[in-house]
Amino acid sequence: MTTKDLLGLSKDLVAALERGDEAVADVLLDELAGLRETQLFKEIGRLTRQLHDTMISFSVDAQITSLTETEIPDAKERLQYVITMTEQAADQTLTAVENLLPISQDLNDQSALLSGKWSRFLDREMPLEEFKAMTAEITQHFEQSKGGLEQMQLGLNDILMAQGFQDITGQIIRRVIDLVQELENSLVKLISIAGGRVGGGVAAVKHHELPGPVVPGVDDRSGDVAHNQVDVDDLLSSLGF
Amino acid sequence: MKILIVDDFSTMRRIVKNLLKDLGFTNTVEADDGRTALPLLEKGNIDFLVTDWNMPGMTGIDLLKAVRANPALANLPVLMVTAEAKREQIIMAAQAGVNGYVIKPFTAATLKEKIEKIFERIDS
Repeated sequence: MTTKDLLGLSKDLVAALERGDEAVADVLLDELAGLRETQLFKEIGRLTRQLHDTMISFSVDAQITSLTETEIPDAKERLQYVITMTEQAADQTLTAVENLLPISQDLNDQSALLSGKWSRFLDREMPLEEFKAMTAEITQHFEQSKGGLEQMQLGLNDILMAQGFQDITGQIIRRVIDLVQELENSLVKLISIAGGRVGGGVAAVKHHELPGPVVPGVDDRSGDVAHNQVDVDDLLSSLGF
Repeated sequence: MKILIVDDFSTMRRIVKNLLKDLGFTNTVEADDGRTALPLLEKGNIDFLVTDWNMPGMTGIDLLKAVRANPALANLPVLMVTAEAKREQIIMAAQAGVNGYVIKPFTAATLKEKIEKIFERIDS
């Protein structure tokens, strides 16, 4: 409806009233009122849409605010913890290897030496005095082998246990990936509200139902987590376990 | 003694398997979540279950509940080895009938101690 239409209708109405033509005046009045109503509804519709969009952008804003204020810094700490854990695992493994290599080398050298002597003994090239010395060396070698192999067993177990980092860090990284996905979705929503041009549905973010690995400084703030096996054992024994 | 190890991370299954071997338990089978574990358990001849909690498909706590709900498996000893450390979760597992609870990261000594404790209780 334009001002021109309104003006035209109004002029016709005035003319009809001046003529005293009430029938025409009534029709024109109805027409004018109708136009006014349509205009009002349109305006209300526009305002409602605007309000709706604003509400959505508010919720997206709130989402992004929470993401940037708490979850992104948390994610940084989680990733930092991943670095710490992988570093510890690498250190533990390297330390074990560094301890084991000289043991293995020593035993290997001793074996080679004794093996040479043993061959000479079998070939009957060994004088009795040297044979006596060799039996003492063999006894010593057995003792050293036993001690060395026990240490190797421990070291290999250390290396085995160090690999536990992969499970924990894997779980933590999965969570950070989901967070990045969530952030991306929020940004896409925001862009679609601002420009209204980004197509495609926004994928639902998978939310973890389970709290997962405890990252120190992030997940233990509320104090409702067990920090170690002792905490778990205490809790279970308080339950009568 | 046949032991079923359930964890979605294969590295963790290998660690547990090797630790059990070190403790003298060489007969182990593996599954990567509750859904694949349950048929193995239902087939019978599993004497001990070691399970993670957080796994896709079917979680360890649901597996534990399913085990306890099955009369044939109701008395199967179950050890939970998991990174889940919320107090309410530990209580939930206890209420569901878990026999032991070890949180990751754990030591070989802890696992050994918990397993021995479980078997002591069964034997007595």
